[in-house]
Amino acid sequence: MQSAADRRAVVLQGLGLGITAAAAWWLARNTSASLAQRGLTLGFGFLRHPANFEIGDTWWLAFSPADSIGRAIVVGLLNTALVSALGCVLAIAVGFVAGILRLSPNPALRGLVRAAVEIVRNTPLLLLLLFLAASLHALPPPQQALSPVRGVFLSDRGLVLPAVSIGRWTIVFALAAVVAFAPRLRLGRRWWMAPAACAAAALVAAVIQPPVITVARLEGFNFAGGVTLSPELAALLAALVLHQSAHISEVVRGAVLAVPRGQRDAASALGMSRWQTLRLVVMPVALRAMVPLLATNCVSLIKNSSLAVAIGFPDVVSILNTAGNQTGHSIETMLIMIAVYLSLSLLVAAALGRYNAHLLRTGTAIS
Amino acid sequence: MRARFRSPLGIRRAAAALALGAAISLAACTTESAPGATPNGTAGGATPTLSAVRARGAVKCGITEGAGFATPDDAGRWRGFDVDFCRAIAVALFNDPDKVQFIPYTQEQRFSGLQSGEVDLLANGTTITSSRALRQSFHFGPIYFYDGQGFLVAKSSKVTKASQLDGATICVQQGTTTELNLTDFARRNNITFHPVVMEDLRAAVSALAGGRCDAISQDGAGLATTRTMLQHPNDYVVLPDRISKEPIAPVVRTGDDAWLEIVNWVLRAPVQAEEYGIDQHNAAQFAKTTDPSIRRFLGLEPGATDGLGLDPEWTLHVIEKVGSYKDIFDRNLGPATPLGIDRGLNKLWTDGGLLYSPPFR
Repeated sequence: MQSAADRRAVVLQGLGLGITAAAAWWLARNTSASLAQRGLTLGFGFLRHPANFEIGDTWWLAFSPADSIGRAIVVGLLNTALVSALGCVLAIAVGFVAGILRLSPNPALRGLVRAAVEIVRNTPLLLLLLFLAASLHALPPPQQALSPVRGVFLSDRGLVLPAVSIGRWTIVFALAAVVAFAPRLRLGRRWWMAPAACAAAALVAAVIQPPVITVARLEGFNFAGGVTLSPELAALLAALVLHQSAHISEVVRGAVLAVPRGQRDAASALGMSRWQTLRLVVMPVALRAMVPLLATNCVSLIKNSSLAVAIGFPDVVSILNTAGNQTGHSIETMLIMIAVYLSLSLLVAAALGRYNAHLLRTGTAIS
Repeated sequence: MRARFRSPLGIRRAAAALALGAAISLAACTTESAPGATPNGTAGGATPTLSAVRARGAVKCGITEGAGFATPDDAGRWRGFDVDFCRAIAVALFNDPDKVQFIPYTQEQRFSGLQSGEVDLLANGTTITSSRALRQSFHFGPIYFYDGQGFLVAKSSKVTKASQLDGATICVQQGTTTELNLTDFARRNNITFHPVVMEDLRAAVSALAGGRCDAISQDGAGLATTRTMLQHPNDYVVLPDRISKEPIAPVVRTGDDAWLEIVNWVLRAPVQAEEYGIDQHNAAQFAKTTDPSIRRFLGLEPGATDGLGLDPEWTLHVIEKVGSYKDIFDRNLGPATPLGIDRGLNKLWTDGGLLYSPPFR
């Protein structure tokens, strides 16, 4: 049996759904009519066409102008992923340290960290980014590169390191050794046999196919060989980490302060040191309050990484802009951009959400 | 593609994207209410762009900021080569060079701005290419500037021709044909280069000044502008090589023939005026000429441009208020300006250049 209120709710919700569906239908119909009237056709066939442009920074995936636009977008996506992943990990690490230091009993240290955090947190990220990029241009030209260690060069073309190419089997066995070393796989008294065997295999593989180290040389305008960490990547990463870690330090400080004072007093009454109190009593509680906000900060770091185009780092936005401009498929590239950022953000949110659920279930101390 | 100054990031781009999205989603309501108006608008008849311009009382012209081509002066009035061609259209329609609204775009926003109907035409240094003309639902007007892509390098680099740039780091501005031309040039000549693609030209200039890049590559006219942005312009030199053809023309939306014809003929008028030896200062004397072709051109005898639906003497007004091609070029780009660009290909066909107006008759 339904009450009058229930029936009213059903009718109202049905009405709401109907209005939303009608609005969506109207927008879709207008969009397709307008696209047809303007002679625009949507399609993703252009992704298979050759790109015909060069990309400055490529990681993991080689790229040449004869490759397809789709591959160029993947290269950009990998660049965005690299910056996002490194940026998130570093920002959380730096943010944790800064947040804890702000609670330090030493007033000078506390004040210094506070000043740094306030300056970074209250200035636009773009400003910081342009400032860092311009600062890196002040490094010496490649002909006068600083070379603190043989094979390492620091110039306005970036940090050039020797390239190390390791045989495939060496990598496979070394990874297997690390996995086999995991506590959960330590079965039986002779558990150490498996990792030891893998490590030995890795060693044998390394002897059969020894790692090749290539040192960069100066050739004409630039260094040839070696691995280059471009100034754009360095400036982007530094700016994102500084900016986001300032925000994260506030999250950490707030979460620690939110733990009731009585718990800390009780811990010190039991004779625990400050570090033990923090690690075993305060953090397990504070972490639960922190994790959702850390996820938010990671997501905003990912989105902020799209400022890369300002200083010339080829992230996915930069490459999609170029592709859209050269093929005229700007609506499609915009859709790809939306899909990329939406999935990256949701992925990070889901991962940290799972970690948070795990914390709520177990409540373990950080170790 | 000439590359110019850019407005700050983000906001304008987001605005253009939103405008495009919104316009595409919402625009059909207006077009549906006037069925058939678009495809077969005849010269002089009511067409969406022309009637919108007349109702508004002003032309909306998409430009891209850059010294000599479009910059606001001390009083905030837009000046420049592109700006003058927009003003010529305003004079032809309203006999008033100030009836123009200038909308500054980055190279990357411009096509969305035109597609969404935010502007009536682009006069911002867009290169005619077949793919743009065929794929993007645009029409190009007559070529009003002939350019080609080149390189700006520091004199200290001792580079004198483009083929010596093997291995160089080259800064380019995003959203232009520059990246494509540069890549083709490198592949054709079997050299390698490392691109740094900036959204803002100023970032590229600071990268060149700081030594991050060995060269900036853009169109010749753009390089002349860029060189003036450097702190020590005399330490830098534009290489003589031109690695591409860059015919610059105004852009309008397809499906509006009457509007396209107005843009076509108004942009040809200053070229024809120079050919007849008419300029801003002597135009009034030509009102008494007996030369029948000049009389037809100036609208003193009817017939030549009646179909456009403009004031019969619009050409005379354009020459008096904006000038001949020579007036416009010398005022904004010529040797008397900081840019000091040579007429080069932009001389009249009678002087060995490429400028050639079809006859007004």
